[in-house]
Amino acid sequence: MAEEIKAGCARPTGGPVGEKVDNKKETPKQEAIKEVRTMVTVGKKAPDFTAPAYHKGKFINIKLSDYLGKWVSLCFYPGDFTFV
Amino acid sequence: MSVDSVFVHKMWDEHELSKMVKGGIPFPMLSDGGGKVGSVFGVYLEDAGVEARGRFLIDPDGIIQGFEVLTPPVGRNVAETLRQLQAFQHVRNSKGTEATPSGWKPGKPTLKPGPDLVGKVWEVWKTSSAFDD
Repeated sequence: MAEEIKAGCARPTGGPVGEKVDNKKETPKQEAIKEVRTMVTVGKKAPDFTAPAYHKGKFINIKLSDYLGKWVSLCFYPGDFTFV
Repeated sequence: MSVDSVFVHKMWDEHELSKMVKGGIPFPMLSDGGGKVGSVFGVYLEDAGVEARGRFLIDPDGIIQGFEVLTPPVGRNVAETLRQLQAFQHVRNSKGTEATPSGWKPGKPTLKPGPDLVGKVWEVWKTSSAFDD
């Protein structure tokens, strides 16, 4: 039977179920590299990016560096239909 | 920006956000499928596959002046974001000659960092200044 998902503040996600498939072919060295997490630093340049966007009825492409000369507040949030 | 597609952004804006904000959301709603941009900014939560509540203030030179990152259950204080933006703009307009102490907001006194200020902050800034009047 399908279970009703409790709506929280993050988008519900799925993933693999059942027996764990052992498909680890990576060497320990590669895993160590994967562990490295990046974080930006204040006073340093923001990493440039492009991203599709919805804006006033249109789908557009946004490039951060197009906003040079303006102040930008870049906000991330867990999912649509949640709060910000 | 979230991992949702631009199609879902459209639905959210049309069906809910436009009921909160007249005419819908005025700024672009960005899509970051797979969290590639969020990963670079350090806010993509890999286990949940979503992005944390990260907020970055970027100045006209493309420099990150400040950020705040919260886990999903707690919402932001938008007034504080605007206060920080006003403070960073004030400092920038003063070409670095002024600084804004804790609790500063437009109209409150700024500090002029320099040798004369050393040991004298207590004369111009009181702990009550840290809080809203």
